[in-house]
Amino acid sequence: MPTPSRFWREIPQRYRLEAGKCRNCGLIAFPPRIICPACKGRKFEPITLADKGKILTYTIIRVPPQPFVDQAPYAVGIVELDDGVRLMGQIVDFDFEELKIGRRVKIEFRKIFQDGESGVIYYGYKFVPE
Amino acid sequence: MRDVAVIGVGMTKWGELWERSLRQIFVETALVALDDAGVDRIDSLIVGSMSSGLFIGQEHLASLLADYLGQTPVPAARVESACASGGLALRMGFIEVASGMADIVLVGGVEKMTDVNGHEATYALGTAGDQEYECFHGITFPGLYALIARAHMEKYGTTREQLAMVAVKNHDNGSLNPLAQFPFKITVDSVLNSVLVADPLRILDCSPITDGAAALILCPVEMAKKLKKPIIKIAGSGQATDTIALSSRKDITWLESTYQAAKKAYTMAGKKPEDIDIVEVHDCFTIAEICVTEALGLVEKGMGGKAVEEGLTTLQGKIPVNASGGLKAKGHPVGATGVAQAVEIVEQLREEAGPRQVKAARVGLTQNMGGSGGSTVVHIFERG
Repeated sequence: MPTPSRFWREIPQRYRLEAGKCRNCGLIAFPPRIICPACKGRKFEPITLADKGKILTYTIIRVPPQPFVDQAPYAVGIVELDDGVRLMGQIVDFDFEELKIGRRVKIEFRKIFQDGESGVIYYGYKFVPE
Repeated sequence: MRDVAVIGVGMTKWGELWERSLRQIFVETALVALDDAGVDRIDSLIVGSMSSGLFIGQEHLASLLADYLGQTPVPAARVESACASGGLALRMGFIEVASGMADIVLVGGVEKMTDVNGHEATYALGTAGDQEYECFHGITFPGLYALIARAHMEKYGTTREQLAMVAVKNHDNGSLNPLAQFPFKITVDSVLNSVLVADPLRILDCSPITDGAAALILCPVEMAKKLKKPIIKIAGSGQATDTIALSSRKDITWLESTYQAAKKAYTMAGKKPEDIDIVEVHDCFTIAEICVTEALGLVEKGMGGKAVEEGLTTLQGKIPVNASGGLKAKGHPVGATGVAQAVEIVEQLREEAGPRQVKAARVGLTQNMGGSGGSTVVHIFERG
């Protein structure tokens, strides 16, 4: 089981979608980076990710990792947000037959999983119908 | 830089080897390679293993294996690049001989995956993905390749049947390989009716959990000339990286690390894709083989599925892919896979591949990939 520091360290990204925008070339890095992979710039300004986008690709996980056993089957996809950033996450509140590449979604704050009966509850972003 | 030859190869039966430990599997296989080369001493040992720590709780692997091989105090190193650990071990051994740091190097790959249960194995394999931004959301490795497959089908019209044909072809080849984990044939229908793992991928699209090892002996070509054996030279070596997070890629259907690693290997070898007679690629999932043949330049972008359907990649085809059975039928003991690919190519170029021998093969290529394409190692071999 991870220590609490691994949990709270990620909170700015998982709860608040905090990203970094390169002051030189405008690339949005999520999670924030120290050096821009596009222009090697080292100056970033804080920015919040767009909260809407479209599905680029998706799958339905039938054989899940241990922490997700009680959720399967569930959909996971890569979404391109309206600011161009691509994000992986679960796509929920859809019937599986409704899922389609290009479909519009928005981000909502949800429970992701928890460490056993009485462990830490992990929250973060999921995609829901727009 | 000195020219480098492969003078010994070793493979043993792969599968669920409940009765044997990692060190036993490794030493038995390394001895096959040492005997094949006819040498009894080595200057250095390089071993590829993805995750002996998570699979058997054993790190410090290189010294352990040097000891059990009776070769202490030789220098030994364990290298890791997820599922490309074996290919990376070969590249490090190649560099060591080419540079003159060592004359005879044993390159090994090993993974013992069945000492843990399915969930623990899934977790260990998942560490090749981005823990904080991929695995956190419940994705799995079949899931990552399913995302690639769905995007490839949408963009290029690749069909579900074409994916199945990759598995069928590799099992056809694997049925001719007695060391394969699954040496039997399957049909397109059996793939299409097998259980869904991550839509659109089914269990028969996936490579299995395997225990196994493979080994190679390298030395300078000048030294190899004294042996009465065909000289198999390592003509090119290339390695490249990409984002390990699939979502960070510009094109989800394109394996840039494979393209870049191949470009370097082709340049070093002075070869083009059309010069290659036989290929072993990283078909951890059926879609992977399709994307890899495109990134290696063997087929046009988007045409990987069609190439399989037209039979271009069968043993008798224009460019035979995975004569050994590939990861799908031969098995996928992660760290051993990249080394075993080289074993197959060397046996093919020596014309020792038995019923699965590809006729007149003189130039062969191996492509070994980590994670969902975050790393790739490519080697080109030529019969001298």
